[in-house]
Amino acid sequence: MTDRQRVLLIEDEPNIIEAIRFVLSRDGWQVATHPEGRGAVEAVRDRMPDVLILDVMLPDRSGYDILADLRADEALRDLPIMVLTARGQSKEREMALEIGADVFMTKPFSNAEMLEAVRALAHRRDTA
Amino acid sequence: MPAFDVILGACVLYAALLFVIAFLAERLSVRGRARWLRGPVVYTLSMSIYCTAWTFYGAVGYAARSGLEFATIYLGPTLVLVGWWTLLRKLVRVGRSQRITSVADLISSRFGKSNLLGGLVTLLAVVATTPYIALQLQSVTLSFAVFSDGPQAPDLNAIALWVAAGLAVFTIVFGTRRLDANERHDGIVAAIAVEAVVKLLALLAVGLFVVFTVAGGPAETFRIIDASPIAEWQVQPGRWVGLTFLAGAAFLCLPRMFQVLVVENSDERHLATASWAFPLYLFAMSLFTLPIAAVGLGRMPEGANPDLFVLTLPLAENQEALALFAFLGGFSSATSMVIVAAIALATMISNHVVMPIWLRSGPPGALVSGDVRHVAIRARRVSIVAILALGYAYYRLSGGGEALAAIGLISFAGIAQILPAMLGGLFWRGATRVGAALGLGLGLLIWGWTLFLPSFATGLPQAVMASGPFGIDLLRPQALFGIGGVDPLLHALIWSLLFNTAGLVIGSLLTFPSPMERLQGAAMVNVFRTKPGARGWQSTHVEAEDLLVMAQRILGPTEAQAVFRSAAIRQGKAGYLPDPDQEFLEGLERELAGSVGGATAHAMLGQITGGGSVSVEELMRVADETAQIMEYSARLEAQSRELARTATQLREANEKLTRLSVQKDAFLSQISHELRTPMTSIRSFSELLRDGAGTLDPENRARFAGIIQDEAERLTRLLDDLLDLSVLESGQVTLRIEEAQLADVLDRAIQACDGGGPVMIERSGRAEMRLRTDPDRLAQVFINLVTNCRKYCRVDTPRLRIVSRLSGDAAEVDFIDNGPGIPATEQQMIFEKFARGGDSRAAGGAGLGLAICREILGRLGGSIAYLPGQGGAAFRVRVPLAQRDVHAAG
Repeated sequence: MTDRQRVLLIEDEPNIIEAIRFVLSRDGWQVATHPEGRGAVEAVRDRMPDVLILDVMLPDRSGYDILADLRADEALRDLPIMVLTARGQSKEREMALEIGADVFMTKPFSNAEMLEAVRALAHRRDTA
Repeated sequence: MPAFDVILGACVLYAALLFVIAFLAERLSVRGRARWLRGPVVYTLSMSIYCTAWTFYGAVGYAARSGLEFATIYLGPTLVLVGWWTLLRKLVRVGRSQRITSVADLISSRFGKSNLLGGLVTLLAVVATTPYIALQLQSVTLSFAVFSDGPQAPDLNAIALWVAAGLAVFTIVFGTRRLDANERHDGIVAAIAVEAVVKLLALLAVGLFVVFTVAGGPAETFRIIDASPIAEWQVQPGRWVGLTFLAGAAFLCLPRMFQVLVVENSDERHLATASWAFPLYLFAMSLFTLPIAAVGLGRMPEGANPDLFVLTLPLAENQEALALFAFLGGFSSATSMVIVAAIALATMISNHVVMPIWLRSGPPGALVSGDVRHVAIRARRVSIVAILALGYAYYRLSGGGEALAAIGLISFAGIAQILPAMLGGLFWRGATRVGAALGLGLGLLIWGWTLFLPSFATGLPQAVMASGPFGIDLLRPQALFGIGGVDPLLHALIWSLLFNTAGLVIGSLLTFPSPMERLQGAAMVNVFRTKPGARGWQSTHVEAEDLLVMAQRILGPTEAQAVFRSAAIRQGKAGYLPDPDQEFLEGLERELAGSVGGATAHAMLGQITGGGSVSVEELMRVADETAQIMEYSARLEAQSRELARTATQLREANEKLTRLSVQKDAFLSQISHELRTPMTSIRSFSELLRDGAGTLDPENRARFAGIIQDEAERLTRLLDDLLDLSVLESGQVTLRIEEAQLADVLDRAIQACDGGGPVMIERSGRAEMRLRTDPDRLAQVFINLVTNCRKYCRVDTPRLRIVSRLSGDAAEVDFIDNGPGIPATEQQMIFEKFARGGDSRAAGGAGLGLAICREILGRLGGSIAYLPGQGGAAFRVRVPLAQRDVHAAG
């Protein structure tokens, strides 16, 4: 099972990590996590996940800054990224999509929707 | 001797005749058939009011006492008329073009329609004229007395009263009938002309009788004169020059002379006739003065009053008819003077004293022109009565006699004080109101001190006369500045006019004329440059400059110069002074009207261009406009101040709102985040529990349910904190303030936290302090701090030291842990809402704790602060002591 699809989750809330990890693991994903903004870009480079789930409201750094850094890297330009945020205004969504998010998901989300979105992202990457 | 009744009857008849003449003249004048009344002859004869009873009778007395010196009284006017004819022409021209109504009006108008100056000249005129009127009443009563040697001696005072009353009636009837703009009185002038003829003929008749019948011919008369004491009088050159000058000055400045010379003048060409005819009249009047005096001195008994020789000589020769004629001549002299003086003074009083006061105090709504005329006429009538009453009172109080005889020259000297302002105003454009007022004031003061007051027996105390006021020798009335031994009249004249002129010059040089003064100054000094009637504009640069000066005052220098320059360019001229043609003037008037109103602009331009005058109505409009403009601008100013204030307030409010709105957005966003985060976990795990009912192992199911419960509790805490903070911030919190022991509150707090985690709590310092506080809220703060330590103090053996001590009027409690502390960059932020320490995952709070602590302590009158440099995180709480403990501590 070494060719399981890998997801990197950058999120600081332990219970949310727990929920996402459970839902994706059950679907056969390999889930790695990183709990803060510091070192997040390096973690992405190290692990080169198939899909990245990025929380915006990290305690030390804005997820948007991380997103911008990632998209500035040639190697990560096509990495499928889902942005999670507890701030649901449409302004936020536009901003996330503009900076380079592929999917914008508002907390709280339904597990099925989240899973579906991650699958879609991985599929798009495979067919691209 | 004719019976007294005959004299009285003749007198009444003569007065009636004058009434009839005046009445007829008025009627002719109204019908426009009185051109001869306005001719040069009548004009010249009207000047004869210069020769009063003082001249008619007194000249002979003067000659008997002081020889030829009496001639100076005639010499002065003669020199003015012959030698300075152009000055009179200028006076008349100015008077006509400016519609001057009196000498006070002339001075006032010249110096910017100054009420102060008008009032000052009026006062001077009243003071100087009242004794003079009294003198006329005295001469009439004295002449009556000559005829009343009989047993039935009449009451002389009653006669004086009747004469005064009769004159008042005549003057009111013919002097205040109409309120003409030109203030001419045809009836009165006609009556005066008749009186002038009567007094000249009477004096000539007496003179001829004395020379040819009494003395026995001219040759014999000369012999008598040579033999009389008169021939021995030495001419004093200083006094001669002084008196001649004085007479000339009085001729110009006396209110009654100004009335006939300027106000009653209908055609300035009449001056040409008067300039030779009036000196001739004066010559005729004085021709027989010396013979009558000399013959009288020789013939009449020792001690006879030489002032009455004109009457007593014919009586002594039993020429009753001649004596009666002479009496009527004297009567004419007295009455004509009083009538014209009363008119002139009444005009001055009503225009410069009553009207300004009435205009200032009257209701502003009632200013229609009819009202003004009504008030003016009534004021004049009352003034006439008052002036004659004043003259009569002066006559009674002074007791008649010698005291009055000297008053003629004293009055002249007082009136002469107007001369510097008059000449300065007519010939020097630089003369200003301040200068004129200063000069007039100084002259009046010195005249009053050196001449007027000393002329009364009781005017000044003897000590003051001898050694000056307060012993100041330099201020001795008749030896000012230590220069004594001069004739008192000359002394006063020289000093008063010297100071008067110096005041005018210095005052004028030191001050700047107002625009109105400039206008009037230009109009009067340059009166001959403009032709009366036509628009008469003469384009000279001086006048364009005047326009510019005026325009600058009104429009401001920049705009005025721009207007002038553009006009000059349009005319194809270099520089900034355009030719003031009709087009330019109309444009300028519009320009000025925008600033000062139409009437004012028109009047101002009229002043400069046409030398035209400003009518009362125009002045009213000007004043109205000015008031409106001032009120309007005051309103505008208030409005703009209000607007600026409102704008500032609005800007401040808007900034505050913007700040608040940004804060609110941030807060809501933060709340949203804080609410959604636990909701996310709850939703995810509850979905898992629901969907995976069969597949989840019991362990996971229990764990998920636990997470859901934790997050639900977290949500509840967050909502509690939010509500708590909201209540605290809005000030709606109800505190239960009571006295409590700090130790008790700390015990409670620590107990409440017990079992929350492995924190070693060490308490030290003095905790036995009585606080005045809400113990529950204070415990909440302490609990929060202990909980924070438990959450953030990530060391193996967390320890919290709680140190309490007394500090001033408060208890200080420090909470210091052995953890990593709070980074300096975050220390500023920790008391703000949602400001959690960097590591929030385990905190389980919304970051409202410290914000709530700060709010609570603020309400309790205490404070909380972060203590840097204590190794770990350190907070210091201050709580106020109960009153008793404060005193104990102190």
